[in-house]
Amino acid sequence: MTTSDVIISEADRADKPLLEIRDLAISFQTGSGEVQAVRNAHLTIMPGETVAIVGESGSGKSTTALAAIGLLPGNGRVSGGQILLDGEDISQAPEKRMIELRGNTIGMVPQDPMSNLNPVWKIGYQVKETLRANGRPCGPADVAKVLAQAGLPDAERRAKQYPHEFSGGMRQRALIAIGLSCQPRLLIADEPTSALDVTVQRQILDHLEQMTSELGTSVLLITHDLGLAAERADKVVVMYRGNVVEAGPSLELLQNPQHPYTQRLVASAPSLASRRIQVAKELGVESDELLAPGTSPGGAVVVKPTMTEDVLQIQNLRKVFKLRSGFGKSTDFTAVDDVSFSVKRGTTTAIVGESGSGKSTVAQMVLNLLQPTSGKIVFDGVDTSTLNNKEIFAFRRRVQPIFQDPYGSLDPMYNIFRTIEEPLRTHKIGDKASREKKVRELLDQVALPQSTMQRYPNELSGGQRQRVAIARALALDPEVIICDEAVSALDVLVQAQVLNLLAELQSRLGLTYLFITHDLAVVRQIADHVCVMEKGKLVETGSTDDVFDAPQRDYTKALLNAIPGARLMLPPEVA
Amino acid sequence: MKTNREIEHFVAPVEETPLLATDSLKTDQAPLSLWADAWRKLRRRPLFIISAVMIALIIIVALFPGLFTQVAPNDNCQLANSDGAPAAGHPLGFTFQGCDVYSRIIHGTQASLMVGVFSVLFVLIIGVTLGALAGFYGGWIDAVIARLGDIFFALPLILGALVVSQLPFMRENRGVWTVVMVLVVLGWPQMARITRGAVIEVRNADFVTAARSLGVSRLGSLIRHVLPNALAPIIVLATMELGVFIVAEATLSFIGIGLPGSIMSWGNDIAAAKSSVRTNPAILLYPAMALSVTVLSFIMLGDALRDALDPKSRQR
Repeated sequence: MTTSDVIISEADRADKPLLEIRDLAISFQTGSGEVQAVRNAHLTIMPGETVAIVGESGSGKSTTALAAIGLLPGNGRVSGGQILLDGEDISQAPEKRMIELRGNTIGMVPQDPMSNLNPVWKIGYQVKETLRANGRPCGPADVAKVLAQAGLPDAERRAKQYPHEFSGGMRQRALIAIGLSCQPRLLIADEPTSALDVTVQRQILDHLEQMTSELGTSVLLITHDLGLAAERADKVVVMYRGNVVEAGPSLELLQNPQHPYTQRLVASAPSLASRRIQVAKELGVESDELLAPGTSPGGAVVVKPTMTEDVLQIQNLRKVFKLRSGFGKSTDFTAVDDVSFSVKRGTTTAIVGESGSGKSTVAQMVLNLLQPTSGKIVFDGVDTSTLNNKEIFAFRRRVQPIFQDPYGSLDPMYNIFRTIEEPLRTHKIGDKASREKKVRELLDQVALPQSTMQRYPNELSGGQRQRVAIARALALDPEVIICDEAVSALDVLVQAQVLNLLAELQSRLGLTYLFITHDLAVVRQIADHVCVMEKGKLVETGSTDDVFDAPQRDYTKALLNAIPGARLMLPPEVA
Repeated sequence: MKTNREIEHFVAPVEETPLLATDSLKTDQAPLSLWADAWRKLRRRPLFIISAVMIALIIIVALFPGLFTQVAPNDNCQLANSDGAPAAGHPLGFTFQGCDVYSRIIHGTQASLMVGVFSVLFVLIIGVTLGALAGFYGGWIDAVIARLGDIFFALPLILGALVVSQLPFMRENRGVWTVVMVLVVLGWPQMARITRGAVIEVRNADFVTAARSLGVSRLGSLIRHVLPNALAPIIVLATMELGVFIVAEATLSFIGIGLPGSIMSWGNDIAAAKSSVRTNPAILLYPAMALSVTVLSFIMLGDALRDALDPKSRQR
């Protein structure tokens, strides 16, 4: 390429698409034949533009992006269509050409900062490797400059550290540094922040936005969060079952979704929908009707009785873990520090905090699976630490958990019938016939067909497994259910469904929920009271409305501000 | 960074991707347990089919040797036939003592297989119990069992077998059971280690915590949830060890501390044949082949099972 060519193409670039994907089809070779993962995908990215692909897991969003950088897994191939980079079709380009393009022209920030840095090499070396592979100067000063640009303080010293010495946010910064180190013209960011806490997520995305706009880099952002996409991108592309179903300017797409799937998505996105439910509550409208039109199981609308009795009281709870540090020595780590709150019967209390805030430890102690170091948990007037084995057995009937990981919380060797029947059998309730009847009822309650009984967890989707987990938790007619990140692992639509189910069960059965979550948007949808935790301490408590409308502490404010999409001002008819 | 560029709003026709009900259940396939799934994968693998057929054949031979040969293995041994070539009714020839080689191999299957099966059985009982307790409870139980296992683990098989089989009780009662005892004493730590590892992997799974919070006791959750989920590597190891134990029996018999000469086994036959290697190597070859094929079958079966039971290959 001569100098004059470069000048001409620089001038042209502004109004020619940098990346254009036309009729892209991608298929995977699997044990049961060829499976189409992506069909008819269209996508255009102009220079300097940020485009977001939004979709649920399995919608083909990551696959499309990987095809653009030529990194499809071994059994996948582009079976049709074109990927035009500056007018050059790279969909079938030889590996040599792709190696030239990667890093220099197309950069990538992968999803999981924990597993995408090689643990045996220093951060600086990993940056250097990228620079060298693309023929850029790669002295220590250059490496430090790249890291400093990505917002890592004290970059020179940091470059000499190993990945395990970095926090999640810092690792993601290092990955962004690597992705942008060779100043590519297109950066593919695959869920760059989904593994991070909201406040960190915000910082990282702000920084990414600033850097790419300085460099004039186009960004292809892949995310499951519609709010985040709309906030960060000029243009949003919605993918569903391998097809692009809608694409357009981000705000317009949110305000005026045309495709039924997009409509559904916009209606369920917690970050966008939260406000609406508040309004709905005041109007006395059942939240189901708003969230999932057509799916609400009509009737049985019970107005939640206002109860005042405290079913759970947590008083000055403390938990200290001993951390091993070399020969026989141990240091104390206070996971939960002087936490007190109470939960009223028939209401939902949410404990919110980022990772490491001690919220799950509180849940474990309430479930009597961990012994508190000091402090008391009073359930229905009785201090739970004084219970003997028999009383604990009885206590377990009344307090049940639902866990985060729908893939881990069901025994893969048990079919669904045995899974839901287990609590009944353990507590010797009823005979075989009556237990089977109860299991059928429970499946009805969580809106799963009774034929599910014979199936195994690996045949169910995440949402269905979580329903089974809910059915199992309900089997013993408990009073309190502890939901430990119960919906965090689910896709938005499924999440909305499960939240609706939980809300409906609460109004029907008068359940009390203790909801542990990091997701404030979800809290707003379902909780009556909020406890915000930071580093083991309770920072703020109050009713959901109070905390959201008038947060008292800086930390709470920062958390609220960090909800993606929170800054989007939607017109009143939508918001 | 928002641009002023005109962005077109594209909507795909709804017919192209009809909307499915959110999170609908697949109901077109029969329910699949781990075992059913493994079986479905296995029955199409040649490795499994071949090894399973071989093993079935070996078991039938061991149970009903009379079906395969009418020649009594030890009667009618005539020294005139010593190291004799194959003759009518004696397809593999004669041993040094003038006995029928084929018949001895057929009748020797039983002892070899019995040693393998019973050794694995007892190793499973001891190794899985100790390994599961060590892995599940941890702490001092783990430390004691692990060190105990290490002691036995450190003993080389031959050396250990020499020592154990010289105990007076063992010397007086030499037979299938003493060989089994030697192999179990030296073989259980391997099984305990594998079990311990598998149990540790499973014991912190959410479904175990869920079971505990349902009121299932600790031991109950170990037996009902942890062990069944830790079973796959145990089965694989047991299958492979079966082959290994059969070889070990032959090795011990070969050096004269295994089965006594009065019991027909492949190891004894190989040992007896070593004196005629130069005159008639075939009589060493045949029992050795029987041994290799048997062991290979079990190891192939173990390999096939490992692939089929691999939890990572299961659809989520």
